[in-house]
Order: sequence, then structure tokens, then C-alpha cells
Amino acid sequence: MRGIIATAGYVPYRRLARPSVAAFVGTGGGKGTRSVASHDEDTTTMGVEAARSVLRSVPALSPGALWFATATPAYLDKTNATAVHAALRLPSDVAALDFGGALRSGMGALLTAMAGTGTVLVVLSDQRDGLPGGADESFGGDGAAAVVIGDDGPGSPVVAEFLGAASATDEFLDRWRTPGDRRSRTWEERFGETRYLPLGREAFARALKDAGIEAAQVDWLVVTGMHGRATKAVAAKLGPGAEAVADDLSGSVGQTGTAHPGLVLSSVLERSTPGQIIAVVHLADGADALVLRVTEGRAGWVPDRTVDEQVASGAELPYGRYLSWRQMLTPEPPRRPEPARVSASAAGRSEDWKFAFVGSRDHGSGAVHLPPARISMEGGALDDMEPLPMADVRGTVVTFTVDRLAYSPSPPVVFAVVDFDGGGRFPVELTDVDAEALAIGDRVEMTFRRLFTADGIHDYFWKARPVRHRDPVPDGPPPKS
Amino acid sequence: MSSHGIRDRVAIVGMGCTAFGELWDKGLDDLIVDASTDAFTAAGVTKDDVDAYWLGTAQSGMSGITLARPLQLEGKPVSRVENYCTTGSEALRAAAYAVASGAYDMAMAVGAEKVKDSGYQGLNANNPPNDGTGRTLTAAAMFSMVAPAYAQKYGVDLDQLSDVLATISAKNHYNGARNPRAQFRREVSKETIRSSPRVAGGLGVFDCAGVADGAAAAIVVRAEDALRYTDKPLYIKALGFSTGSGSGLIDPGYDYTHFPECEAAAADAYAQAGITDPRRQLAFAEVHDCFTPTELVLMEDLGFAERGTAWKEVLAGTFALDGELPINPDGGLKSFGHPVGASGLRMFFECWLQLRGEATPERQISTDRTLALTHNLGGYPGEMVSFVSVVGTELG
Repeated sequence: MRGIIATAGYVPYRRLARPSVAAFVGTGGGKGTRSVASHDEDTTTMGVEAARSVLRSVPALSPGALWFATATPAYLDKTNATAVHAALRLPSDVAALDFGGALRSGMGALLTAMAGTGTVLVVLSDQRDGLPGGADESFGGDGAAAVVIGDDGPGSPVVAEFLGAASATDEFLDRWRTPGDRRSRTWEERFGETRYLPLGREAFARALKDAGIEAAQVDWLVVTGMHGRATKAVAAKLGPGAEAVADDLSGSVGQTGTAHPGLVLSSVLERSTPGQIIAVVHLADGADALVLRVTEGRAGWVPDRTVDEQVASGAELPYGRYLSWRQMLTPEPPRRPEPARVSASAAGRSEDWKFAFVGSRDHGSGAVHLPPARISMEGGALDDMEPLPMADVRGTVVTFTVDRLAYSPSPPVVFAVVDFDGGGRFPVELTDVDAEALAIGDRVEMTFRRLFTADGIHDYFWKARPVRHRDPVPDGPPPKS
Repeated sequence: MSSHGIRDRVAIVGMGCTAFGELWDKGLDDLIVDASTDAFTAAGVTKDDVDAYWLGTAQSGMSGITLARPLQLEGKPVSRVENYCTTGSEALRAAAYAVASGAYDMAMAVGAEKVKDSGYQGLNANNPPNDGTGRTLTAAAMFSMVAPAYAQKYGVDLDQLSDVLATISAKNHYNGARNPRAQFRREVSKETIRSSPRVAGGLGVFDCAGVADGAAAAIVVRAEDALRYTDKPLYIKALGFSTGSGSGLIDPGYDYTHFPECEAAAADAYAQAGITDPRRQLAFAEVHDCFTPTELVLMEDLGFAERGTAWKEVLAGTFALDGELPINPDGGLKSFGHPVGASGLRMFFECWLQLRGEATPERQISTDRTLALTHNLGGYPGEMVSFVSVVGTELG
């Protein structure tokens, strides 16, 4: 049996309230919220967070390949999946490949992995931009999903069996973006809708046939795509009743483009029970459909943090701050020099520290060194340390400060001295935080972020953020409400 | 393994110090020439009489050429040294040890910094190429974490501590107002200090050292030769130095209420100088008040107050110009300004003036006590270099 072994969604902390758009721009907006990647996030960092989350839910599993799909890559030419690979500390024989460029590439990666062999970690990520007041700005969202696809095995059972899939392809202009553009452009809405409707029907029908399933048997129907009218119409007309149509998160998260089929699939799988049939249809330059059956193995799988939890724990971001994060508005920066570009060779030497937050622990004294060191600060032993992965270790704020002068893409910098559970201290920048609500003793977890960009080089490293989800530490303090 | 010191073996026989401030019309070369010329004049020597030179500058130039070119030194041994904000003290340390070793008869230390050409606020480090994982926090933010930690440890109300810190700042402004070389020559009320715009954490603009251009210089000779150059030499009693391993940043045992490097440098210096009761033996002290909480904690690190009591001593006026142990009678970094490479030597310059009875009358301290201390630090809580010296006007 082949299928999904685990999924995880990643929804960034911040939300833009759509009504705040019209209050500022005079037009646009709408109801509900959309998710907003922080100023220190991009599709790679969000992909890392989703991938970390999915692997935490299946600790025994080691993927044989890592595929990363996005329409808004942090780099061109350079593979983005390698940063994800490094953050996860995957072995070098695990190929890390990008499925790039188009909104269809995420769903395509899922289908390809289903039809293939081995255990594949598929990471989908996207960050949707639009001009102020425009439909894309409100309709879009930021987020990521990670899906582990492979064969049923001991310790890592398939939780959703792959029953069938189909694609329907057509060449037509509905939505496009030339390289370098921040905004997408779209053709007159009705044209795309008339194309997508038959394509969605065709792909869905053939996928059901491939799966040996009737439309009426589908318990969860997921339809995603950046054409809002088409996704609604397709969902209504495919056959499963309205009660089967899953919440596509458009009211809370927005459409996260390349990532969306994975994100909604994850939220559905988290709420599913064994025996249920899930169908996913993604509309992008054609239609791709996937049919799954939730297995008995689902009962034993505990998602790391559900999409619902993340949707519920978001906090609003003022529209002005949103615009500055998206480089649509340039506020006055602190009068401090911008950081210099990262050295490629220095970053290469410290790959485990920089990308995976691996320190070292002295065998003799147990002293934890962040970053790793050769000579111990206690006892002075030379080269007698073991690598100590700290990315999933939580900590407590010992003291903190707010730096109003330091350079930041979004000042001020909130900075804390953090003591980690089980030993180790690191002074580190906080993110996804409201300084006024921060207190000594607060619990924090590490998160992979982009600190700044200089000379086109993204500086990836780790920050800490308040714990807002279940604390895996036995008897640890509860998360901050 | 011991620190033996060079007590009474080397003397300062001439010093110079420019005014500090935003000196838009003076370049680094001007500052160097002005401070050095004053020092030559004070010692009654020429540049050719000096056998070896050390230039302390943190970021304003590289190599001894930075000093040799403006002074037109021909063929002399000239070195540039750097050690964070203790750079100026480091230059003097090198010159003093060079003379004490017998290698040279006369050496000169010059400290100079041209900060205000950067176009940015505050001090900015030029970091070597790196992996992008280092802290980019300002020094103000790092030191701002000291105040709440101190308040919590000793049960001081945060509002009361804010008053203590404002008292320190107001005292340094009071002193600086009486110093014609100081950057800020204006008394500032505690109310103004406490309501100034926040820079980092609870620290406002008036809790931070002035950022200034400036230079200072000292000429040293063997103690037995000193009276050939001046009838009032300043004898070096101790040069203590301590560099932390940086582990305070990652050591869960460190609590941000003291600076171990400063305690160690002071202990070393007191041993060298034979000082057992600094508060009663010293005429005054020049300390590195980069931020107000720094000066507060230093009062305890340097043994001027018992642990947890410095805040009370500050409020009681112990460290005021007319107090039991005046601290920073020249205004300190806060009011005199902080040209990084010059600051350590600027502290010696105040000792030079005060102990010789040459400070401006409105800030002249009684010369009954003949010893003074300078304390200079660089870096941050947990990752620091620290220097403590003792100088005096009498041998033995």
C-alpha cells in the first residue's frame, strides 16, 4: 500500500484583516482575514517549518527524497530545497529538488510522488502578493505544507491510501507573471471559469475511475486554485454534495497558491477518521485530481500541530506594517548601517549550526555550547564534544530587551536571553512576538528565519518565538494563552 | 603564573587631550597632531626624543602608518593596537611595558577616533566576513538587560532604579559642565533624563555615552628619569587587565548583575598597587560609564560599594564631585564623550590634571589623597575585556 504517511501545514502567525485594506486604500479588501508571512519569512523558511512539523509527527521516518515546490522561490538558479534539507539535517544521499515556478507544481509534486517509489518528503510553499486594494492581495495567503508519501511500513504506516489520480491539461491564459514581477496578472475572469469547469470535471471523473470510487462515496472534497469563481463552481458541480466540500480556508488563511492543496489536505486529514474518502482537485493551467482513503493507521498518528490550531492562534497585523513587509511601502529605517552579505565559505563551514541549530556538548562537563566550540568553557577539554541538535528544544526567557536602534527590516528588534530545557543558553532575537505581552519566564521555541538579504544572499538562521502550541516537555509550563 | 605589575617603574611625564565632540572640521590627522603636540609640549620633548609609539584606534585606521604619517615619524617603531573600547588603555599599557622592560627610554601612547564621519548614529563595528549568525544587537540593548536583572536580584523597585540611573547621568552631566573639553557642557535634570526617548529596553538617550571624535596622548619614561621632564610626574602603580572567554553569553549561571572581567582586572590592579581599601585610598576614579547601569554595577565590581548597595550609595551622593569618592569628575563617557580609541587615555588625562591640581577650579578635587583609578571596558555583559589602572603622584 502506498500513500500519505503524514502531513503538516504551516500558517504564519500574522493575519491581515481584509476590512483594514479599504480603510487605508479606499477600495478592496473584503471579509475575514488572510495569513501573512513575517518580514523574516519566505517560502523556504515556511517550508522548513512545515517539514519540521511533519517529521516530528513521524520520528521513526527518514525520507529518501525531498521535493520543494513554490511559485515564489527565494532563489532562482540556486536550489531552495537544499536549505530545507540542511535545516532538517537530512543525509547527503537524499536528493533535494525544486519543482519551480508554476502554481501547478505543488500538486504535480504530490501526484508524482504518489505514482513513484520510495519515501518522499514533498514540501509546498507559497507567498501570494498583490497590489494594494487588488483582489490578489485579499484573496491570497501565505503558508506551506509538508506531505510524506511512501509505502506502508512498520513504525510509519500509511494514514491515507493512494487510490487514484488523473490530470487534464490545457494551454490557455488565465493568470501569469513574468520573472521579476511582484504582481500576477489575470485575464477576464469568465474566460478562465469556462475553461476550468470542464477540466476539473474531466480530471475528477478520471481520478474516480482510476480509484474505483463513485462521487457519492467522497467524504471530503477539496478544491483549490487561484481562480476563486472556478474553484467554487467546480466544487459545487462535481457530484459530492455540499456537505462534502471542505472548508478551503479562504476566509481565514486565503489561497496559498502552490501550497494550498497540501495545506487544505492536511487540515482535512487531521479531522478525518479511518475509512473516509478524500478527493483533492487543484485548478491551475488544467486540473489535477487525487483520491485517497483514510486507513486504520490514521488512528495512531498524532499531528504535530494542526492547521486549525494555527489558524486559531494568529494575531492581527496593521495594514501599514503589512505593506512595509511586502516592500509596497518604505518606512524610515534606523540610522544604522545595513548588514554585509554572508560569506559563502563561512556559512558552508557552519552549515549544521546556521541551518539546523546544532550546538555541541562537552562529554566531560556536559556544558552546552551555542554555537559549537572545540574547547569546553567548563574544564577546558579539547575536541571532546558531541553535536547537540537544539532546534526542537524549548526554552524559557531569562531576560529580554527591545532594541530601537539596531538594524532590522522591521524595527524594533526584540531580543531575549533564553535558557533551554536540559541545559544551554543562547541570546537570540525573538519573532512573532508582541513586546508588550512578553515577560520573563515565557516559554519559547526555535524557528527557522531569514534575517536579512544583502547582495541577493539571504541570511538564514534561527530565532525564538513564544510557544503557542502544546508543550511536548513533560510537566513543562503550559503555553502562553 | 603571576601578575607582577610594574609598580613605580614607569611614569607619565606629559599628556595631551583634545576637546571631544562632533568635530566636523577636524579629521583624524588633526586630532592626532593636536593631542600629540600637547603631550610633547607638556613633557618638553620632541617627536624624535620618543623611541617607540603605540596608536590605539578601534576603527579609524590600520597599522602604525596611521600615526606615523600625520606626525611624520621617520623609521620609528610604530604599532597600532585595538581592543574594543579599551583600545586607548591598551596603547598606554604597551608603551609602559616597553619602557619597563628596558627596551626603550621613552615611549608614547596615542589614542584617537574619528567616529562622526560614518553618518550613522551610535558606534558601529566593522565585522569581518562571517556566517551571518552573530548578534547584531547594539551595545545599548546588551547593557539595558543589566538594569532589570539588578533590580530583581536586589529587590529594588524599577521606578526607584530609574531614579538611581538618572542620578548617575545627572552627576556626570554636572561634572562635564565644569570641563571645557567635554562634549556636553550642560547640566541636565533628572526629569529630563528620565523622560528622554528610549533607545533600548529601559535606557533612554541620556543613559548612553556621548558619541564623539577626539584624541589623547601620553608620554612615558622610566620612573627614575621622570623628574627630568616634569616636577609632577604620574607614577604607574598598576595596570590590570582581564579578558573574558565570552562564555558569559552562553553560561546559564551568569545573571547580568556584575562583570567578572572587571572584578578580575580590579583585583589584579589592587594587588599590584597594594590597595586594600579603594574607597578610602583613592582620591577619585574614572570609570567606563558607557551606559548608566554600567556605572552602577562597576561601583560594586571595583569594590567601592558592597554588593547590592551601590544604588543606595548613588542616591546618598557618595560618588558625586563633593562626595566621599568622586566618580568621573571629568564627566565620564556620558558627558565628555566616547571616541573609542581615545577614551582610555582621556581617563588618564583627568588623573594627570586632578592629581597635579590642574583641573578647572570648579571641578578640582582635593589632592590630599594621591592615588586615582581608571577603569576601561570593551564588549558586552558576558563577553568583555576590562582594564583597571592605578596612578599616583608619589613613589612607594
